[in-house]
Amino acid sequence: MTPALALERITCTFVSRQDRAKRYTAVKETTLVVAPGEFVSVVGPTGCGKTTLLNIAAGLLQPSAGAVRVLGELLVGTNTKAGYLFQSDALMPWRNAIDNVTAGLEFRGIAREAARAQGEEWLKRVGLSGFGDRYPHQLSGGMRKRIALAQTLILSPQILLMDEPFAALDIQTRQLMENELLELWSADRKSVVFITHDLEEAIALADRVVVLSAGPATHPIGEYRIDLSRPRDVAEVRLTPRFLELHTEIWHAMKDEVLKGYAQQRQ
Amino acid sequence: MRNNGNNLALRFWQVLVLVGMFVAWHVLTVPGIVPPFYFDDPHKAPFFFGEPLKVLSRIWDWFIGGDIYRHLGVTLIETLLAFVIGTVFGVAIGIWLALAPMASAICDPYVKALNAMPRVILAPIFFVWFGLGMASKVALGVTLVFFIVFFNVYQGVREVSPVVLANARMLGASRGQLLRYVYLPSAMSWVFASLHNSVGLAFVGAVVGEYLGSSEGVGYLIHQAEGVFDINTVFAGILVLTGFALALDMVVTLVERKLLVWQPRGGETERI
Repeated sequence: MTPALALERITCTFVSRQDRAKRYTAVKETTLVVAPGEFVSVVGPTGCGKTTLLNIAAGLLQPSAGAVRVLGELLVGTNTKAGYLFQSDALMPWRNAIDNVTAGLEFRGIAREAARAQGEEWLKRVGLSGFGDRYPHQLSGGMRKRIALAQTLILSPQILLMDEPFAALDIQTRQLMENELLELWSADRKSVVFITHDLEEAIALADRVVVLSAGPATHPIGEYRIDLSRPRDVAEVRLTPRFLELHTEIWHAMKDEVLKGYAQQRQ
Repeated sequence: MRNNGNNLALRFWQVLVLVGMFVAWHVLTVPGIVPPFYFDDPHKAPFFFGEPLKVLSRIWDWFIGGDIYRHLGVTLIETLLAFVIGTVFGVAIGIWLALAPMASAICDPYVKALNAMPRVILAPIFFVWFGLGMASKVALGVTLVFFIVFFNVYQGVREVSPVVLANARMLGASRGQLLRYVYLPSAMSWVFASLHNSVGLAFVGAVVGEYLGSSEGVGYLIHQAEGVFDINTVFAGILVLTGFALALDMVVTLVERKLLVWQPRGGETERI
């Protein structure tokens, strides 16, 4: 089966603008393959280049070496098959909720009436029907994230790239959002790359967890299949023995890297 | 929201200050009320400072007789044209330079020089180029408005959040759509923020232009009166211009409220 997304031996080196001799290799020789319909979580210590990897998959950043294949085809320019959920607020502040949700449809030239009908449908699906005329600043952080989710999913992308999307939310809202995400995902199994630094979140959501080393020159150091049954409730699944087993196993592998990353940041 | 009683008291005090100023003006200028203490002749004070009653009756005559409307209309049209043309150019060139780093680097010293130049001295040149009619006043206003709008748009485009931009790209926006749906709205929010300034300067351009040479407009009225030492009419013209500028500013505030609904404003809670 052709993988939905394949990052092949990606290396990404940044060059300092002031001093061309100063370089920083964020990602080195990283290969990551995501099967159709698979939910992959990528965990790693802070500052290890997770976002860099995701930006490369999205086509927002060109790798220094290596190739990105989307459904078997070499990626050129932005990845039109992918939706991207950003870590920070990415809604257009001058558009109200419904106009933000339908923005992608508008870019594709879909008639306003049809786009609005679909937008209302998606607002209902993320539990915000009736909030269509609110502007982003009038919504809470959790609501904005749900709008962003609807904005991305309305285009029905085959691949979903998520960069710590719930990191800024409080723990209760976060678990609600995680469950909502799983529910939406199970309806039409897209391929998901979910980046997080929270191992519990990664295990609770994913089919497979990939652990990255500390930066610089980040590369995968381990891969774990998560054989917890679906559908899952993210709050309840955390209490099962199998979850704890997986957590212990992966944490054991991760711990050294986390400490390494922490030590580097303190320098 | 402040409650109504407080608001009313505030208005009362504001009006009292205005009345107080007019009374002081009246007492100090009309001959025979207070003995002269600065000028040797009691008729010199009204000569230099006018008399409020005569000033007000002049304004009354203007509005009842209808002489003023033509002049006000001319000034208003000049102001609006200067504002619209200056804004269009400012937005277009601001966006262009913000998105073309090379062109921006080349133009940078010239933009700075033009901005630093006291542009009112361009008035004589504009009179030569465009004549003494409205066009030269509009041109003067445009040079004043342009730079305010230009700098704001430039800043606005430069400071578009990179995440919002990346998000729009991922949602499938083409380069043209990015311009229309991301850069332009972001730049316009900066333009609206400077609306009071740019409308005010368009007005300044129009009035100064009229004052320096014209055959109609409120600036022309003031200039004419000054020529014959009719200080009361000069003050009347100034008062009319001030009232007019205040009205213009109120309209701008209304427009601003309408256009910037998406921006957070302090204290939006409702008291029950």
